[in-house]
Amino acid sequence: MFTALFGSVEQGIIYAIMALGVYITFRVLDFPDLTVDGSFVTGAATAATMITFGYDPLIATLCALLAGFVAGSITGILHTKAHINELLAGILMMIALYSINLRIMGLTTENAVGRPNIPLSSSDTVFTMLHDFWSTLGIDAMLNNLLTATGLTSLPRTWGVIIVMFIVVFIIKFMLDWFLKTEYGLALRATGDNVKMIRSFSANTDNVKIFALGLSNALVALSGALIAQLNKFADAGMGIGMIVIGLASVIIGEAIFGKKTIVRATLAVIFGAIIYRVVISLALQVEFLDTGDLKLITAVVVIIALVIPYAMNKYKEKKRRAKRRAQLMKEVTAMPEGEKPIA
Amino acid sequence: MLKLQHIHKIFNEGTPDEKVALNHINLTLEAGDFVTIIGSNGAGKSTMMNMISGALTPDVGTITINGKDVTNLPEYKRSKYIGRVFQDPMAGTAPTMTIQENLALAYSRNKSRGLRSGVSKARKEIFLAALESLNLNLENRLNAKVGLLSGGERQALSLLMATFTKPDILLLDEHTAALDPSRAALITSLTKELVEKDSLTTLMITHDMQQAIDLGNRLIMMDKGQIILEVSPEEKKNLTIEDLMNEFQRIRGEKMVSDRALLST
Ligand SMILES: Nc1ncnc2c1ncn2[C@@H]1O[C@H](COP(=O)(O)OP(=O)(O)O)[C@@H](O)[C@H]1O
Ligand SMILES: [Mg+2]
Repeated sequence: MFTALFGSVEQGIIYAIMALGVYITFRVLDFPDLTVDGSFVTGAATAATMITFGYDPLIATLCALLAGFVAGSITGILHTKAHINELLAGILMMIALYSINLRIMGLTTENAVGRPNIPLSSSDTVFTMLHDFWSTLGIDAMLNNLLTATGLTSLPRTWGVIIVMFIVVFIIKFMLDWFLKTEYGLALRATGDNVKMIRSFSANTDNVKIFALGLSNALVALSGALIAQLNKFADAGMGIGMIVIGLASVIIGEAIFGKKTIVRATLAVIFGAIIYRVVISLALQVEFLDTGDLKLITAVVVIIALVIPYAMNKYKEKKRRAKRRAQLMKEVTAMPEGEKPIA
Repeated sequence: MLKLQHIHKIFNEGTPDEKVALNHINLTLEAGDFVTIIGSNGAGKSTMMNMISGALTPDVGTITINGKDVTNLPEYKRSKYIGRVFQDPMAGTAPTMTIQENLALAYSRNKSRGLRSGVSKARKEIFLAALESLNLNLENRLNAKVGLLSGGERQALSLLMATFTKPDILLLDEHTAALDPSRAALITSLTKELVEKDSLTTLMITHDMQQAIDLGNRLIMMDKGQIILEVSPEEKKNLTIEDLMNEFQRIRGEKMVSDRALLST
């Protein structure tokens, strides 16, 4: 149980990078970008292919990030320059990427043009590198000793991934928070908020949109590259439904942690991604639920996250009104006879 | 400063919805001119402004600003030196961003936007001073989201933002029309103050004839896509609403029909 949860937190932190990307488009730019399902795999495919060719995993991961940026920018160009509807531009890019991803992975084999998956079981990845470095620190032994003291028996393999990825995700979060407060970042937010207005203040909104879509998909691809390396497998189908997971993370996070400021919202998105993973893994522990029910569970979780804040607001409002009414009644009954307003 | 020459614009040409919005418009503004524009609904006033701002491109004709032909310059490039306030108080600001962030957006209008902090300490001082001049107590609400402000407050902020970088041309499209009378009066006096302070070259559309007479040094009347009357600075000094009504009747041979124009007398 503990190790299962531990594993889902580990995955959740990496998916949080993808969720931050989705946050940029859906929330900041107000652009429902569906490129994500494709660009997540593009990141995985690029990294896995380059690693197979023997490139340094860090370089491969960096290239995955760039590939995602290019993919997102093309969606942006389709929308702003070719005037294709937002949803359609994303969908077109998503299906185009499916073929492109097969081609990218196909580079690793002589016999075929495309290739549906690449195993990385015997390759060096950023995580094997991390493991080599981490095991010299002795932190695992220390933390696991602490856990054994509390009576836990099944212990995680390593704390390295969780701790280092937490640091990486928070670095990304702080950079994003900072960026969204720069002159360019403000223009990006204004483009999502009131595009006509910011154009009247001389922002090239086409370029802003293209850049924001690029940035978003760069993060999505980075997340894909890391997930492929963590699970030691890149697969053409691993991005299916990714956009829903990203949105679920954003919505769950906002529902629990709020979204008043950027700093708060990006934090919420990160924890939303982790909570989503934990909830799914808990749900799968339930006897009669099957892995095939995963999408159904996702839908239910998102619906709950959407309905609860609304219901809570309504309840609060009702209570506030009832209180106010009671107070008024008290004032009226306290008035001397004859001054009472006619009922 | 600003020159419109032979501007024509037809919407939906060749369809049953065809509409001649602008029909041979010629207009020249000198630096510091403040021109008020009146005219019935659908006369083409907003269309003319959208031509100047670059939101629309004329079918025929040229637009020159400071001697430079800007007819085909995209809107975002032109807006470096054109400030605008729209009728809708929601249109001129970004609602989910704070007051100081909105001012930062306005402040960057004539600069290139980079990775500098949008609201730096030095800028905050500038923003505070500007907000204080509005006397709306907004200087104490720098971190309030603009969406929470009232329509009048938002319009005042829009006006401040539009004039913040002293644009070469200021375009006001019925920017007091959506406000209640007392708020409208406040925005009108603020307009006067801000325009005079930097002697901004201004075009202001209004359906309030008295406002059109009180403000500015020149006045034009539009009808059916044409400028049918131009009132010079000398003539404008003694102009009355009655003069305008009579003039319209003389030119068009019919009584002025704009109900809004009549209501506001
Ligand atoms: N984008 C558009 N498409 C079609 N017709 C338009 C468009 N914009 C304005 N018009 C028409 O052009 C005419 C002039 O409109 P406008 O400039 O908004 O008038 P106003 O003087 O009231 O501001 C109106 O008849 C209007 O219906
Ligand atoms: Mg109009």
